[in-house]
Amino acid sequence: MRKLKRVFTYAFLVSAAFVSIFPFLWMIVSATNKSVEVTKGRLLPGSHLLDNFRKLAESTDLWTSLWNSAKISVLTTILAIVIASLAGYGFEIFRSRAKDIVFSILLLSMMIPFAALMIPLYRMFANISGNLPAIGIDTMASVMLPTITTAFLIFFFRQNSKMFPKDMVEAGRIDGLSELGIFLKIFMPTMKTTYAAAGIITFMSSWNNYLWPLIVLQSPEQKTIPLLISNLGSGYSPDYGLIMLAIVIATLPTALVFFLMQKHFVAGMMGSVK
Amino acid sequence: MLTMKADRTGLSIRAKSNLTGWSFILIAVVMIATFYFYPMVQALILSFKTGTGSNLTYTGGSNYVRLLSDKTFLTALSNTFIYLIIQVPIMILLALFISVLLNDSKLKFRGFFRTAIFLPCVTSLVAYSVVFKYLFAADGLVNSLLMKLSIIQEPIQWITDPFWAKITIIFAITWRWTGYNMIFYLSALQNIDSSIYEAARIDGASSFKQFTKITVPMLKPIILFTSITSTIGTLQLFDEVMNITKGGPGNATLSISQYIYNLSFKYTADFGYAATVSYSIVVIIVLLSILQFKVAGDKK
Repeated sequence: MRKLKRVFTYAFLVSAAFVSIFPFLWMIVSATNKSVEVTKGRLLPGSHLLDNFRKLAESTDLWTSLWNSAKISVLTTILAIVIASLAGYGFEIFRSRAKDIVFSILLLSMMIPFAALMIPLYRMFANISGNLPAIGIDTMASVMLPTITTAFLIFFFRQNSKMFPKDMVEAGRIDGLSELGIFLKIFMPTMKTTYAAAGIITFMSSWNNYLWPLIVLQSPEQKTIPLLISNLGSGYSPDYGLIMLAIVIATLPTALVFFLMQKHFVAGMMGSVK
Repeated sequence: MLTMKADRTGLSIRAKSNLTGWSFILIAVVMIATFYFYPMVQALILSFKTGTGSNLTYTGGSNYVRLLSDKTFLTALSNTFIYLIIQVPIMILLALFISVLLNDSKLKFRGFFRTAIFLPCVTSLVAYSVVFKYLFAADGLVNSLLMKLSIIQEPIQWITDPFWAKITIIFAITWRWTGYNMIFYLSALQNIDSSIYEAARIDGASSFKQFTKITVPMLKPIILFTSITSTIGTLQLFDEVMNITKGGPGNATLSISQYIYNLSFKYTADFGYAATVSYSIVVIIVLLSILQFKVAGDKK
């Protein structure tokens, strides 16, 4: 009975792991094959990786899209963690009743579905376009602005600020540091892990964001990587090898972040429930 | 002590520190107000207007009347509920089951299994959707594999049959999110004292009994949390449907978010009515969250 149970456990976990990994293997292998071979169901690596790459770079806006995605994600991540950590710190260190109420109101925004925001947001940016084209429709700023600040991230920093010793704030004050100085010179360096975790989750969601960029970005030279892949995928005569290579390239940054910083990654996810 | 001594600006130290506190949170509050609460109010106002593009006039509650007799909306609504009722429980049970198996310290290759099952979370929704679309194509790998193994005689129309298209979407979402939920359960399981299980074993409780009488009740808060996030996520489903089936065949896989998108950006823009549809998601999310708290949160 016990042996049977163990056999079942391993069989189940091996198949779950196989199902989870298989699409990855398939897309990597397919990126090295010709389109025809992919349709025939070839599961062995081929020799067309460079060919696929050349075609992908020539026939699509690969580099532009990668550059756009990189700019947007990195900038969003930096701004997001700065703004959210300032707020999380402020709510926790300068706690007051009024601020606690404001905090609860901010948390309510987590319940608001993006589907309900996209139309007014689109109209808002369309209206701005006339006066301030730099942040209107079809700009990097319009993609970033609504996604920079989330209540989740503020909550995350506030929760983690609870572990930050208040004595250090006092010590900083006695040393004559300004309040901002305490934040920059004491809080930020102490909370490195929190920043890493927050940075990872923000980068991932920004790199992978689809619906909002799909709405605001219209010209090809502004498009991000998810938009490029979605376009390639909806074509009538898809070049499978090429598309799979594009998907592999798009997944590389987030996969790298995951493998290099697995611990922070999980900490980032768990931050919401601790 | 020097507290309460007024400084040059005439503010007490306490009031000044309070002001500093507000300045720390100011940017965040302005951003959330501008990009969440203000648009929410705008959407509500919009939902009482109709017209095309930016030519909108107030028409009272006519959009809401239209909503109730709109067949496409009702289809999108029922599709979304089918995803919700079938996919979320399957995924949560699967994630719970896997995490219980993985929580055994004598298990070999634990780290490998955990990483492998979590791996789908690193993909973008668009990327994995396109991969699934090709894997499940009529002449795709899944069909040819099933036919080689003689499980089926003819290819299944995973993408173009109304029934199977829903199944494909459910498969896809389950693949992407099971590992994500598993991580939450695993870390919660590590906090359960193993002596409880030992005591149960001595009392002769079966594994199934241990699961239903110890594991599930102990994990109740985290199960509640994940089921709320999954519910909210499913109600906003967009990327997968858009990239795997485009909502088709017919409207068989259309989600509410995609319908809102179509109303605003695909057909002649009807922002007023689209806003009305979007408010239905808000109402559903609020109602379901209250319900889930009532059902699962009573003991907490």
